[in-house]
Amino acid sequence: MDQRKCECGHTNPVGTLLCESCGKPLELDLTDKAAFPDMRYEGMARRSQTYTTTIVDRIWNTFSSVKVAIWIIVVILVASGVGTIFPQQQYIPVPVPTELDVERFYTDTYGILGTIFYQLGFHNMYSSWWFVLLLVLLGASLIICSLDRVIPLYKALNKPRLNQHKSFLKGQKLYAETKQPMDRSAEEILAQSAEALKKKGYYLFQTDRALLAEKGRFSRWGPYVNHIGLILFLIGVLMRSLPGFHLDEYVWVREGETVPIPETPYYVKNLGFKVEYYSEDEMVQKLDLKGGVIAKSYQTDAILYLNRNADTPGAKPDLVEVQSGPIIVNHPMKYEDIYLYQSGYQEMKLGALNFTLIDLKNGDKEVGPIKLDLYNPQEEIQVADGMKVRILDYFPDFAMGKDGKPITQTNLPKNPMFALEVLDERDAINEKLVYLQGSILTQKDNPRYGLKIEMPDLVDISGLNVRTDKALPLIFFGSFVFMIGVSMGFFWQHRRIWVQLQEGNVLIAGHTNKNWFGLRKEVQGMVEQTNLSVTLEDKTKA
Amino acid sequence: MQLYQISDLLLDIAFFLYVLSSVVFIVAMTGKNWAGRDPKQHEMRFGRIAYWMAVVGFIAQTGYVITRWVAGGHSPTSNMFEFMAFFDYCIILAYLIIYRIYKMTVIGAFVLPLGVIMLAYSYVFPKEITPLIPSLQSYWLHIHVTTAALGEGILAVGFAAGLMYLILTIPQKVATKSTRWLEVVLAVVLMLVGFILMESTFARMDQRTVFELTEQTTTPTGQVAPTKVEYTMPAIVAPANAKLIQEGPMSPWFTAPEWMEGKDAARKLNTMIWSVLSGLVLYGGLRLIFRKRLAAAIQPSLEGIDPELVDEISYRAISIGYPVFTLGALIFAMIWAHEAWGRFWGWDPKEVWALIVWLFYSAYLHLRLSRGWIGAKSAWMSVIGFVIILITLVVVNLVIAGLHSYAGV
Amino acid sequence: MNKKNRIYVRVAILGLLLVALVFALYSSFVKDPNAVKVGSTAPNFSLEQLNGPEMSLSDLKGKGVVLNFWGTWCEPCKAEMPALQQKYEALKDKGLVVVGVNIGEAPVTVEPFVKQMGVNFPILLDRNSQITKLYRIGPIPTTFFVSPDGKVEEIFIGQMNEAMIESKVAKILP
Repeated sequence: MDQRKCECGHTNPVGTLLCESCGKPLELDLTDKAAFPDMRYEGMARRSQTYTTTIVDRIWNTFSSVKVAIWIIVVILVASGVGTIFPQQQYIPVPVPTELDVERFYTDTYGILGTIFYQLGFHNMYSSWWFVLLLVLLGASLIICSLDRVIPLYKALNKPRLNQHKSFLKGQKLYAETKQPMDRSAEEILAQSAEALKKKGYYLFQTDRALLAEKGRFSRWGPYVNHIGLILFLIGVLMRSLPGFHLDEYVWVREGETVPIPETPYYVKNLGFKVEYYSEDEMVQKLDLKGGVIAKSYQTDAILYLNRNADTPGAKPDLVEVQSGPIIVNHPMKYEDIYLYQSGYQEMKLGALNFTLIDLKNGDKEVGPIKLDLYNPQEEIQVADGMKVRILDYFPDFAMGKDGKPITQTNLPKNPMFALEVLDERDAINEKLVYLQGSILTQKDNPRYGLKIEMPDLVDISGLNVRTDKALPLIFFGSFVFMIGVSMGFFWQHRRIWVQLQEGNVLIAGHTNKNWFGLRKEVQGMVEQTNLSVTLEDKTKA
Repeated sequence: MQLYQISDLLLDIAFFLYVLSSVVFIVAMTGKNWAGRDPKQHEMRFGRIAYWMAVVGFIAQTGYVITRWVAGGHSPTSNMFEFMAFFDYCIILAYLIIYRIYKMTVIGAFVLPLGVIMLAYSYVFPKEITPLIPSLQSYWLHIHVTTAALGEGILAVGFAAGLMYLILTIPQKVATKSTRWLEVVLAVVLMLVGFILMESTFARMDQRTVFELTEQTTTPTGQVAPTKVEYTMPAIVAPANAKLIQEGPMSPWFTAPEWMEGKDAARKLNTMIWSVLSGLVLYGGLRLIFRKRLAAAIQPSLEGIDPELVDEISYRAISIGYPVFTLGALIFAMIWAHEAWGRFWGWDPKEVWALIVWLFYSAYLHLRLSRGWIGAKSAWMSVIGFVIILITLVVVNLVIAGLHSYAGV
Repeated sequence: MNKKNRIYVRVAILGLLLVALVFALYSSFVKDPNAVKVGSTAPNFSLEQLNGPEMSLSDLKGKGVVLNFWGTWCEPCKAEMPALQQKYEALKDKGLVVVGVNIGEAPVTVEPFVKQMGVNFPILLDRNSQITKLYRIGPIPTTFFVSPDGKVEEIFIGQMNEAMIESKVAKILP
């Protein structure tokens, strides 16, 4: 059977609960009030429920079920919670996360539970395939649920039925019935009711024996609008995986240094980094900081350059300045799609060693200064006229190797060791010197030249986070649409009041999707203004 | 007198008025069956007094918020004390709004004690005005935190009404699963009360228990020293592998299991044990006094109240609180996160829990609107929802430290 | 809407969702689509040579290239240097080039080291680790075996001996 016929003669599509013409419930025993159909779509057929024949329809129906949607929400909720029991991998203090280190961290820190957490892959839960799958399923459910309901809702809202069947009115939660007063005609009663409701801001639909007052209809669109917002949001999130839409790089830049930003044609220069601390008189109350201080600001003054020769990575850059200024926490530097954030720092790191070359045989006469840049040492340094120093060996992070030869442990100047030779203008070797751990070693017992150690140059290193998120406008737009949707849906209510005259009786019924308290107050007000002697009954209390 | 001292005083006044208002509300509800009284009139009279006390308290707390804002130069939402006090402020504000709509006395009898507990809880944390660290120096601090707190405050009223609905409607003649769970909820509320009582009592007493751990830490002045753990509550449980270096009023009963790592894990466990014990003592005491289930003892005072209206108030509060929460705790949070860290979402524990709250209330709304979960089912969900909010606000900050960790207890 | 149309519409929407699903899962599996993998083209670059002019990878087209990322602080890198040098000597006339990319060190550090090791294949200086990042180098030594047409034939992480180099190089000789 494809269609069902109502006793009024109208034929309705399959799945229809209330006759589209007269509003009489179809196929229902009206004595059972609890079984009165859901008012949401005024009994219109919801598409998905009408067909269950093919596999496509079955999949469709699964996703169109609110029950399934709720289950997806609950599973995401529980999984998200489980993922916070221990920190995610991105938040653990393991500097170079090899799988082994990461596993060891969870085991050592959280014991057997930590090991299980790691083994189940919960340390990267939110980017795991099954979590992503859940989010996509939620998106599918959002889209299909909305599509499935929007048509019956449109139909229901677009043709509000004036003349409802008595059983329809009686089925409403708010319902009252009284004898028509002898002194007034149907028109008068309806006109009075209409006037009372109009003052309350209702739209009116009228015939000579029936009145339908309606307001806040647009609030019914709220859920669809907010679901559209969520869908846009999720599309935005998905777009971040497209190439070029999302960038997340971290660069450490020494003061004075210019470094390339990976995956971009940009270079950034650190002109200077500074930390400020609150002074005592800037604090409102005396605080016991136990000797510590409270930071006031972290700031890197930076220049952003565009490399016009970026086609071949590593090739000599051709830089043009595109942006300059401070980068402060909460105030990133922005250029086109790229944002640079102040994100970390290392203070007072060795930048260069300073010495004065001394002529020991000449009354300790100072020959000239020597600066050894630890990151970029020159091979030869002119010290004075006719005197230069050549670097023979440089071990940034000195240690003794197993074979007794000096080695470096890293490429960072943590423990620099230099071997130098002092030369005169004829390149005749005068002296060989070694600097190591704050002292100078000489080759000869009775050297001519020596080095006086001066204050080294200390530099700050600034950690900058470089990010791009081209999908962000869509994500925030989706959020905005969501907010509009929920505001429509929750701050307004769809209220309908029917007043009908049937067989010498006045029938009053009301329906709303929320805030029955408010609806009852308005119906009560209308009843009082029209001087009808009815008491409103509330079905649910019976 | 300094401005911040005025501010502290105003908060104390507000606290005092909320306590008073709670007492009068409870009198309004329980006293209506006293001999020789017209129940309706009694409830009306005392209810009105209590309501106005709450209003004056709210004004005092508004004064606190303004003076502290001026004194500190930033909105009072930058640490645990300030946040909990502000959250409390939002609960009271939400209550006043709901009261203006529904004019229902009894809601106050549930919300105001909740307000008192939350404010008392904030007093547990260090109260000093601290200058803002760089990551908090943004106008989004004001916008994001205040809106989120307001949303959570409105949802808290939904919880109060939901709890009331359960006490009102669950039949107390026979013990059922529902009555048992309701008692559990009330016992947990009492544990929170117990925690506040224990914490503030012990803080005033001149006693400390100090342990030295084997791990080393760097002090703010740069020295490396063994980690010290200071208990403000008498030690029931000692940290594993620790040396007692200052004896407290009692010696520990047992040692925390080895897997409870972290400097403060054992101290937190100790605090938890005290809270649970004191809560159970309070609960047991009350049961002894009433000689029946607590919910059964409260139920008669709620007689004559329309449960459907209570259900609607709970739902209404949640349906108003949900958008506000979404805006404050998720959308504004994402905008700020983008400005401060360059990613709008980073799966930080606090973010995840805000999402969990949101998902939970989304499920609540779908169940209610689509699957007809009204009445008891919906009331239970409002209670669970508030528990999740408390986990987000308290547990996540104090137990699961992340980017949002404030200096705390 | 008749039945046929309904099925078409539903299939279209479900299909779109399936595409979204596949894309989302793909992105969650492939965290770094730009990573250099076996089979992909070795990204071109250009670097300063130690004691020599700038050199780019594209200059070496038509030759088999062993691209070895190393540092003086890395013991296994040091240990495999003689083997690389040996193979370079033996096969350079047959179209093999060994290129050592030093990671972020100064010439004054690299030069004595290279001399001491007796290496004479080209050494490139990746001073700001740009190429190291481009090739996603983790632990070193890491060696890329690039065929004459510029394709990555193999990536090896760790120390190699002569025999290993020999078998791998066989795949990339022109």
